[in-house]
Amino acid sequence: MNINKLREHLCATYPDLCPLFSIEFGDGSLTVAPERLHSAASDMRDLGFDFLGMVTAVDRGETFELVYRIQSRKMSAGIFLKAYVSREEPYISSVYDLWPAADWQEREVYDMFGIIFEGHPDLRRILLTDDWVGYPLRKDYEDERMIRRPDYI
Amino acid sequence: MSEELVVNIGPAHPSTHGVCRVIVTLDGEVVRHSEVVIGHLHRGIEKMAENRTYLQIVPLTDRLDYVGSMYANWAYCRAVERLAGIRVPERAEYIRVIVCELQRIASHMMSVGPAGADTGATSVFMYTFNQREQVVDLFEQLCGARLTYNYVRPGGVSMDTPVGWADNVRAFCRTHPAAMAEVDRLLFGNVIARQRMKGIGVLSAPDAVAWGASGPVARGSGVSWDLRRDSAYSIYPRLDFDVPVGSNGDCYDRARVRLWECIESCHIIEQALDQMEPGPVMAEAVPRLLAPPPGEAYDHIESARGSLGVYLVSDGTPRPYRMKVRSPAFCNLALLPKLAEGHTLSDLIVILGSLDPVFGEVDR
Repeated sequence: MNINKLREHLCATYPDLCPLFSIEFGDGSLTVAPERLHSAASDMRDLGFDFLGMVTAVDRGETFELVYRIQSRKMSAGIFLKAYVSREEPYISSVYDLWPAADWQEREVYDMFGIIFEGHPDLRRILLTDDWVGYPLRKDYEDERMIRRPDYI
Repeated sequence: MSEELVVNIGPAHPSTHGVCRVIVTLDGEVVRHSEVVIGHLHRGIEKMAENRTYLQIVPLTDRLDYVGSMYANWAYCRAVERLAGIRVPERAEYIRVIVCELQRIASHMMSVGPAGADTGATSVFMYTFNQREQVVDLFEQLCGARLTYNYVRPGGVSMDTPVGWADNVRAFCRTHPAAMAEVDRLLFGNVIARQRMKGIGVLSAPDAVAWGASGPVARGSGVSWDLRRDSAYSIYPRLDFDVPVGSNGDCYDRARVRLWECIESCHIIEQALDQMEPGPVMAEAVPRLLAPPPGEAYDHIESARGSLGVYLVSDGTPRPYRMKVRSPAFCNLALLPKLAEGHTLSDLIVILGSLDPVFGEVDR
């Protein structure tokens, strides 16, 4: 399986997304609907992208952009798998059953963004204390101890 | 079946290699279940980065993996360079490879030595720390700092090597393999240390991949995956080196892989010094206030702990919209409850040491 075959296969599976989808060395990304994320991740794992590098999120205002970095050791390539979930209902299915590596990574995203990973066996805060209020990496997070740097620097 | 006992270790226990708390459920002396509680060193570096300019973040990355600061510097700078499209001069790439291989030695010495201390061979720590001290002296000559170097910058490195530095590095590389052979005899030849480490905390190769383990933890299990060879960044394709792998995936193999890697690093440094030519060490016209075009970039390097990646999102302003550090120590440490199950409490300490966590990077 080489990278072009993977592109063909994914284009056949997700025809509506094909125009958006390009894999280049180290940088392609594939955006899927949140309910299809788990099956897309499962597909990629079966196609040789067997290493879950990282799970993270970006606050895009109305939505949260979930970013999964999935790597293939054989092809020395990695792609981003992305899904957007709404701010009001930040739910997505967990990929813990595919990669146990998602355990702590998803807990961290929950801790920092408040995104709920459905199917995660033990979704608790990981870096912050259990009684912490709010999700610090959201852009609207307020904390009286935070110091804003002035704009001129 | 006797009564179960819950024991708390840490967060400030000397054998936890940092501020790590482990809640262990014991049946007699055997670990039935353990839970790692992290976050004691969480400083919110990812949040702080959103409020700083790209150049101001470099010192923050020093504080991630404080045993191997050069790596975080480099991984971050690579992501910035990718985002802003900066081309790094060749000499700077060579210097980066040399300092990072030296850093690998310094960092592994802080893992192999404590592996001895954890298993009762305390004197090994003195031998390895002596080697680390020599590397730290070289870094002091290079950039003035002994711990947080802030040396690798977006576009190159902060300054060229001082006169005579290359000779000092060569002198170190000549003596280091012999010192490693001595440590090999002292630690891995010691029957007590061998018995304490062999067959303890066995991680299979498929598990290592599924759990996202990288670096010596994965290679100790026989997963031959090294970004220096398989992702071939910077000038590594021009260098000839081996990637040591273990076969059993136990504490012994993980520690020994680190020892072998130190010897390989010496070979890499010598080749890089031979190939390096005079030239600029900083890309031209890198502005003080970098404002990369909107977009995202991810880049990763093989740090002493594994695949260290930095993910940056820019919105076109001089500050990153989001910075995420893919920390290998964090991913490797997640394996502890799995590996420690069924072993004794004293073995849990050995397993924790063999995962080589640095809590600056775990907690960020």
